[in-house]
Amino acid sequence: MAKPARVPRPIDAPPRLPLRGSPLSDEEFRGEVSTTPWTPKLEYGWDAGIAISRFLDGLKAGTILGVRCNVCGRTVTPPRAFCELDFKPMDAWVELSGTGTINTFSICYITWDMKPLRRPQIPAVIEIDGTTPRGGFLHHIGGVKGSSVEGIRKQLRVGMPVRAIWRKPDQRMGAITDILHFEPVKGRKR
Amino acid sequence: MRRALETGKELSYYAASQALETAGVRLKEIQAVVMATAPDAFDGVHMKGDWLLDGAGAVRKPYLRAYVGGGSGVFSIISGWTLVASGLFDLVLVVAEEKMSSCQPHPQGAFLTIFDHTIERPLGPNLLWIFSLEQHRYMATYGIRNEDIALVSVKNKRNALDHPAAQVAASLTVKDVLASEVVAWPVHRLMVSPISDGAAAIVLASEHVARRLCDKPVWVQGVGWSLDTSYWGNRDLAYPRYVERAARMAYEMAGISEPRRQIHLAEPYDPFAYKELHHLEGLQLADRGKAPEDLASGRFERTGELPTCPSGGLMGVGNPIAAAGLMKLCELFWQLRGEAGARQVPGNPERGLAQAWGDLMQVGTVAVLGVD
Repeated sequence: MAKPARVPRPIDAPPRLPLRGSPLSDEEFRGEVSTTPWTPKLEYGWDAGIAISRFLDGLKAGTILGVRCNVCGRTVTPPRAFCELDFKPMDAWVELSGTGTINTFSICYITWDMKPLRRPQIPAVIEIDGTTPRGGFLHHIGGVKGSSVEGIRKQLRVGMPVRAIWRKPDQRMGAITDILHFEPVKGRKR
Repeated sequence: MRRALETGKELSYYAASQALETAGVRLKEIQAVVMATAPDAFDGVHMKGDWLLDGAGAVRKPYLRAYVGGGSGVFSIISGWTLVASGLFDLVLVVAEEKMSSCQPHPQGAFLTIFDHTIERPLGPNLLWIFSLEQHRYMATYGIRNEDIALVSVKNKRNALDHPAAQVAASLTVKDVLASEVVAWPVHRLMVSPISDGAAAIVLASEHVARRLCDKPVWVQGVGWSLDTSYWGNRDLAYPRYVERAARMAYEMAGISEPRRQIHLAEPYDPFAYKELHHLEGLQLADRGKAPEDLASGRFERTGELPTCPSGGLMGVGNPIAAAGLMKLCELFWQLRGEAGARQVPGNPERGLAQAWGDLMQVGTVAVLGVD
């Protein structure tokens, strides 16, 4: 009896590939794989909000503002309209000082898309003086020499006192960047 | 692994169909589907949970997307468990998928919008910052050295040599890890998980259905989750209190009063090397600041007192965000049934824990699994 003609398999796709998949370098991915590119174009106009608007006005005037909740007793910055723990409006605005301490810092040598940076960025969380419990916000550290990990770590440590370095008053825009960076306070102990 | 050949739907289909086959369940018997997949921005598809549902087997079924960032993988089993435990359904399919490689030039771009638009984004942050800041605070608080943390990469990449889907398995030394370039000190390149594409799936059944379907079901004994404030600069970065809350909720449900004795293996979330140690402390499986010492003493090795990430974890197997969390639960399934092959931890473990973490360093999701 003649062998029956080969019937095409009804389903060829998707195939069961080995678990490890198909390893590709970036070059292979961009050059040799069928892809459809798309670049999103979206624009937003974000409201700063009740609390942050006043915070930004404060920055323009050269002061860091916080808010206090009389129930939990916390004084916090960045300011917020309501206490997220007690779920009630904050009770008072508090003018904080332009000084604080380094809670933690990093020495970052790449951009978000993994391109190398010749001069590293030094992001940090700064605990602003006058907050209870101590806390604060993200900013940069400046006024540090060199670009090696060892060199920078000799000049900075967690717990070190820092102060805000401000833009000149006529250059301030009411933005977080009205503070250029924080830098170590020489000769002051915590 | 970068799997350019397959779409997210196709990856989901592979995982979901394999889970159904293993469980001996047909799709038409599945009453509801839960799917975890992380930021829409990875795929550039708005509401991608609804787009991927075909691959999850969810067409014309009650369907739920579970989404708490990196915590999504473990949150998917928590969400599925609530559907079964409520009595609403007897058979639920849980699928987790992530395809990060589509996002160009780097999927980290998808995370740039996690930061506050007014007071953080003007400073030019990237995702590595928050990890490196948290790791440094952890080190500074307890006097931990980077060598102690690099050992997590060594252990997990070595464990992953035995995982059939591993992307970045390797046999390395602490010296090799610290010789890799500094991306954001104290984080070196080999202390970061890779960009990955992947999927994982499990079938959840009510008690009477599970007993009918198989001889050795793995039970969900406890679940917990918790989120902390988004004002992360006001938080204690050295200790993940939200992970502790999630763990305590799961332990209470599972009747666990002494987690270090009653949990036999753990799959803590390890997208960065230090996170495994940080999380083990939050999970009450190590004393605060002491997890590095336990690691150095061999306690967390596959043959140690409490094996952690015997799968190879995100540092070794890879980190397809939501799928990575569910991969950890798949590992517990195999380990508790004695089916983990070369990865099997000795001593017939009866109870394991998986944990994931994410959003703006603020979510802890925990599931405790066990066998009778």
